[in-house]
Amino acid sequence: MQVDVQQLMEKLDLFGCIQCGKCTGGCPLSLTTALNVRYLIYETLLDVLPDPGKMEELWDCTCCFTCVQRCPKDVKPAELIIGLRSQLVESGKIPGTVGDALMSIFRQGNPLGFAREDRAAWAEGLNIRPAQEGCETLLFTCCSSAYDVRSQPATRALVQALRAAGVEFGSLGTEESCCGNEVRRVGEAGLFEMLTEEGKPLLESTGARRIVTTSPHCFNTLKNEYNLSGIEVLHYTQLIARLLEEGRLPFSGRLEKTVTYHDPCFLGKQNHVFDEPRAVLQAIPGVRFVEMDRIRERSLCCEGGGGRMWFEGTNTEQRLAFQRVHEAAETGAEVLAVACPFCLAMLDDAVKVQGLSERLKVMDIMELVVQAL
Amino acid sequence: MVRVTIDGQTIEVEPETTILEAARRLRIPIPTLCHHPALEPYGACRLCTVEITLGGRSQLVTSCNYPIRQEMEVQTASERVLKGRRMLAELLLARCPNVPQVQEVAASLGVSTVRFERGDEICHLCGLCVRVCEELIGQSAISFIGRGVDRQVGPPFVKFSDACIACGACAFVCPTGAIRLENITDKTPRPLLSEFDARLARRGNIYIPFPQAVPKVPVIDREHCLHFALGRCGACQFFCEAKAINYDQEDELLEVDVETIIVATGFDLMDPRIKPEFGYGVYPNVITGLEFERLSSASGPTAGKILINGKEPRDVVFIHCVGSRDPHTGVSYCSRICCMYTAKHAHLVRDKLPQARITVFYMDVRAFGKGYEEFYDRVKHERVVYRRGEPSEVYKKGDRLVVRAEDTLLRRTVEVEADLVVLATAVVPRGDAAAVAEVLGLQRTPDGFFQEAHPKYRPVESNRPKVFLAGCCQGPKDIPDTVAQAKAAAASAMAILAEAARSQDEFTGGTDAG
Repeated sequence: MQVDVQQLMEKLDLFGCIQCGKCTGGCPLSLTTALNVRYLIYETLLDVLPDPGKMEELWDCTCCFTCVQRCPKDVKPAELIIGLRSQLVESGKIPGTVGDALMSIFRQGNPLGFAREDRAAWAEGLNIRPAQEGCETLLFTCCSSAYDVRSQPATRALVQALRAAGVEFGSLGTEESCCGNEVRRVGEAGLFEMLTEEGKPLLESTGARRIVTTSPHCFNTLKNEYNLSGIEVLHYTQLIARLLEEGRLPFSGRLEKTVTYHDPCFLGKQNHVFDEPRAVLQAIPGVRFVEMDRIRERSLCCEGGGGRMWFEGTNTEQRLAFQRVHEAAETGAEVLAVACPFCLAMLDDAVKVQGLSERLKVMDIMELVVQAL
Repeated sequence: MVRVTIDGQTIEVEPETTILEAARRLRIPIPTLCHHPALEPYGACRLCTVEITLGGRSQLVTSCNYPIRQEMEVQTASERVLKGRRMLAELLLARCPNVPQVQEVAASLGVSTVRFERGDEICHLCGLCVRVCEELIGQSAISFIGRGVDRQVGPPFVKFSDACIACGACAFVCPTGAIRLENITDKTPRPLLSEFDARLARRGNIYIPFPQAVPKVPVIDREHCLHFALGRCGACQFFCEAKAINYDQEDELLEVDVETIIVATGFDLMDPRIKPEFGYGVYPNVITGLEFERLSSASGPTAGKILINGKEPRDVVFIHCVGSRDPHTGVSYCSRICCMYTAKHAHLVRDKLPQARITVFYMDVRAFGKGYEEFYDRVKHERVVYRRGEPSEVYKKGDRLVVRAEDTLLRRTVEVEADLVVLATAVVPRGDAAAVAEVLGLQRTPDGFFQEAHPKYRPVESNRPKVFLAGCCQGPKDIPDTVAQAKAAAASAMAILAEAARSQDEFTGGTDAG
């Protein structure tokens, strides 16, 4: 297939690249796959790019944006991959599972193939106020948080904690749709535009002053790409940390556990929320908090972002999540705490596959918090 | 004045002078374990016992706390005195047979065998610690506890208390090492680290800032000195024989009329924590080039031995351009000195560690000066491997560090193991550049350095007449460039001075005309 190289070069201003290699050097996939974003930039600049339809590694990128964070010249290497994916999407040359997810979002508002009318099933019996009636705080659930049975307990735990703190909030229920964060990152710019055009007025119509998301991915796009006017977008760890600081979330129980924490890329590296999740964990009475070696800006990606929830990747033998759970186990922690439904899925599976189930449990921060309420 | 005769020598002293003090003025040695010039006399060890004769009666007294009386006669080494001292020394040696200070005192009195049951105490109860804490620090956080053979030193009820401020004076003054701070408090003392040695070595509270300091005199760290912080201690004034300690000395502001000014205020180095991916501040074996400079300096904290945790590193990795050429850190420019000093550092490692594996990661090597490319060539021939790629991350693998980078020539990401990682941090304007610019009315370029009058044709002048720039205050530069600019600035200043002198001569009719 033919790539419109000119469009990419000008849109992304690739001419500023000094080929220092910092992007590829930091890319978590560059050690285990053929992905080399620095070389892609060079090939694009010289117009010698091979057929991207044959570069399966383009779908390996998790859009962790380590390359973008570290590029000294503001080149945004990951955006080249998104741009190339875009051109592949336009010509229909995308992995089948990615296509299925996009189709499901288009039809049902979620990538998981579930029916729209089941979106609020997780909240059955919780009597959450419909945001359409107006609300101060809007709870925005990620599709995974709403439908994935492994994530649902964390979502319900968040509701329980918000109620314990006396926070009034509403939810869009079955009207809520995928935020489109991954949609943009797999290159489906058109669908992303549609989601934002429909989502933005819907969110604003609730009159909410703040939106609390369950996922760092929704948090990222709502905060940085939706242009919501007058609405503060928070990840749930930020709100819970704030409630703890204000003394509105009193713990009555204890949780005698050694806990470590994995930074989600879309929360940490991309939005610099490092301290709040740690503050929440450390506030839980009884918790002994330990750190892994690679944390904060040096955290290792779980490999679940950028559409990778819908695409296996070219190296399924050396998954980053495998490496990550071993790093967590080495700290002596009994619990690997996460703050993202994708991390939860990736790391929970990795613990099982790596035979660590006896030693390590992967849990969402909210699942831990409610055990001590 | 009071007259006294000590061992046949006569001296006149002020009333209330102790015998010990008078004897010391006559340079007559008297042994003691518990006397301290900054503390009140105490009479604990009793080794300073002397024999006095007054009004025909003689008796044994402790010289440290017994004042001179008119017409007193003192024998410091009579048989009676020595017999007493030997007994004391024998008892002390029985209590503390392994303490060097006690062994020395005993040996000096000819005592080497002990007739009593030998103990294994380190503390000989001189009480210096207790008295320092009470008299100088004013905290009384420790005291004698127990009675008789159970007497020992410790905090009240052997429990940590808030009275202790962890100043460490007790442990410092203890002559035997018996006092250990961790037995007295659970507070962690903060060691003072030498700024000149890049915080790799400790320094005292009174110290000479650096070997070439002008003037080369000690200064007191007012921020940490207990005398300035709490109005206590003041021990140093008792020790300074030149009586040079002056707690009231202040900075002086001088107004000087000048014809011309040369600004040579220098530069700062970027704190590499602004690039958290390199793990500086997380791993002790990730250091800056300046820290390496001290580490390899013969006058540095390791006397020039390159040691990490007491061991010579096997794998040393240098990283160029840490913070430089990166608008995100506010440093868009090339720092210009790092390529060459890194090459020099690699050369030093090779010189000192012939077996080390040395890797330098670079984006571009800028060996632009005279002889520089040749030096770069030489260093490469010294088995230093230059790999092209700016490293992206440093982390642990097992118990070693790895530097993760794309070797862009291999087109592959690599993890290079390292025992020592040296970061070539960016040259940045001094933190006070804005204030200096304000005072002198200087303009600054967008990079924050002082602006020269013209980048090509007037690189030594500032925007203010008669104010000249020299060195890195105007922009990063190496030593030859700095010297050249400094000499040009000096010459420009001298031209102004000569002009001023000439017009002065014309005005006064000339002093040596004709």
